[in-house]
Amino acid sequence: MAYWLQQILNALQLSSIYALIALGYTMVYGIINLINFAHGDVFMVGSFCCFMAAAFLGLSFLPALLLSMIGSAFLGVAIERLAYKPLRQAPRVSAIITALGVGIFIENFTLSLAPYPKVIPPLLKNITWALGGVTFSSLQLIIILLSIGLMFFLDYIVYRTPVGMAMRAISWDKTYVPLMGVPVDFIISITFALGAGLAGAAGTMYGLAYPVIDPYMGIMVGWKAFIAAVVGGIGNIRGAVIGSFILGTVEIMVVAFFPSTYRDFVAFTLLLLLIIIRPYGILGKPRTQKV
Amino acid sequence: MNMHRDILLEVRDLQVSYGHIKAVKGVSFTVRRGEIVTLIGANGAGKSSILKAISGLIPYTGHILFNNQDLQKIPAHKIVDLGISQVPEGRGIFGNLTVQENLRLAAWQRGDKQEIATDYDRVYTTFPQLKERCHQLGETLSGGEQQMLAVGRALMSRAKLVLLDEPSMGLSPLLVREIFKVIAEINLNGATILLVEQNANMALRLASRAYVLETGSVIMSGGGKLLSDPRVRAAYLGA
Ligand SMILES: Nc1ncnc2c1ncn2[C@@H]1O[C@H](COP(=O)(O)OP(=O)(O)O)[C@@H](O)[C@H]1O
Ligand SMILES: [Mg+2]
Repeated sequence: MAYWLQQILNALQLSSIYALIALGYTMVYGIINLINFAHGDVFMVGSFCCFMAAAFLGLSFLPALLLSMIGSAFLGVAIERLAYKPLRQAPRVSAIITALGVGIFIENFTLSLAPYPKVIPPLLKNITWALGGVTFSSLQLIIILLSIGLMFFLDYIVYRTPVGMAMRAISWDKTYVPLMGVPVDFIISITFALGAGLAGAAGTMYGLAYPVIDPYMGIMVGWKAFIAAVVGGIGNIRGAVIGSFILGTVEIMVVAFFPSTYRDFVAFTLLLLLIIIRPYGILGKPRTQKV
Repeated sequence: MNMHRDILLEVRDLQVSYGHIKAVKGVSFTVRRGEIVTLIGANGAGKSSILKAISGLIPYTGHILFNNQDLQKIPAHKIVDLGISQVPEGRGIFGNLTVQENLRLAAWQRGDKQEIATDYDRVYTTFPQLKERCHQLGETLSGGEQQMLAVGRALMSRAKLVLLDEPSMGLSPLLVREIFKVIAEINLNGATILLVEQNANMALRLASRAYVLETGSVIMSGGGKLLSDPRVRAAYLGA
């Protein structure tokens, strides 16, 4: 029993980080039908922002987190403005190739600045409690609670504010959104800023949990978050969270039963099966393409 | 008709092309403050292109002046701020937003919560069906209800000039009459109307002036007497 509780706690931590990243994939897809393959690298930059904030500026946890979110948000908006906006009328394939290129650029740019892996100094005192055989760490609790808080914040923006209404309207059909007086480009930028900001938060928390960071750390985590978004139904915000919790749980459970090298193999196979059963994801709906 | 009333909208030598297809070939017309003007023409005549150009949705050459201000370089969302609202062809309802969210979005540029609430009431008084469905998603509405919502959004924006693109399309005669009654009401409350219709009968009866459009050019214009013009009757009234 205690063992299971322990695994569930671990799964929650991993899933929360996936979810914060998956939200960015799904929001960008929802609003401009683009898989932003550079998104995993924004997550990586978030980790490096946290490293710089801690190592060079000596900031504590909250300011470092904020700085990393803001830095990532700026990066996300810059990517959209410079790389994707000029391609909005171009075939989707061009945009996707561009996204991959942007990702490779960010990885190598970071590599040129940081040729060796970095270690994020411990920003939080990590206290652990043992409670009936289950070990709680304060870091784990902070990651889980903060992630859930950020998800509720995003949910509020998307479902309760005019900006969120505009984002949803654009995802339905952006042709007539300007007729409502809504500046579409600005809303798209806000979407990138929000998605990238959450990835920055994920980068910070991931870096605290696994402090050795390198420029390629975003690739695998990014792919997984992307798959989580697809499993949940890409374009659907709540789906991205559900998909992430499925993926995180599967991964932790595989490691609990099999050698840890089986983790990705089993997890990806399960996800492929899920996609075969539900091609549009758990909450996704087939949408007739608008002209 | 008072010829001295000031001009709210002036379209001068408007041309719209899609690739090498010329959809609008040098159209000029004016709309005076307080008027209801209608543009009638068959499918493909260029009516929607003209409205899209006015709203800044598509590029064009020529001049569109609103309150003597040239709209050429103004982005579409700022044109709404200036006081031009369009009810587009096919209504353009956001199916994944509730009725009330559709209305709220149309009040985007207005910050005043209190007045937005007053305007919800105004829309719901005009269209009681919408009030019952205010938390329903747009995609669940019938065609008629969607048209009411589209007109309701124009009310929310408090536009000075309302452009309507074939509001009667696909509606039963009873609903068409109801929508046209509301258009007349909006006009009485001070908004100027530019109404595009394929179905000219009702439009000509409501409008103070009309322009007849054929393959991208204005071929006729005039007041209510157009209704009795044999050419118009033959081409657009099925008489
Ligand atoms: N997006 C477009 N691309 C190419 N041609 C178009 C497009 N929109 C309209 N057209 C063409 O322009 C002409 C005028 O269309 P439109 O303005 O929609 O007319 P109406 O509203 O009077 O039916 C038509 O011949 C139509 O086929
Ligand atoms: Mg049309």
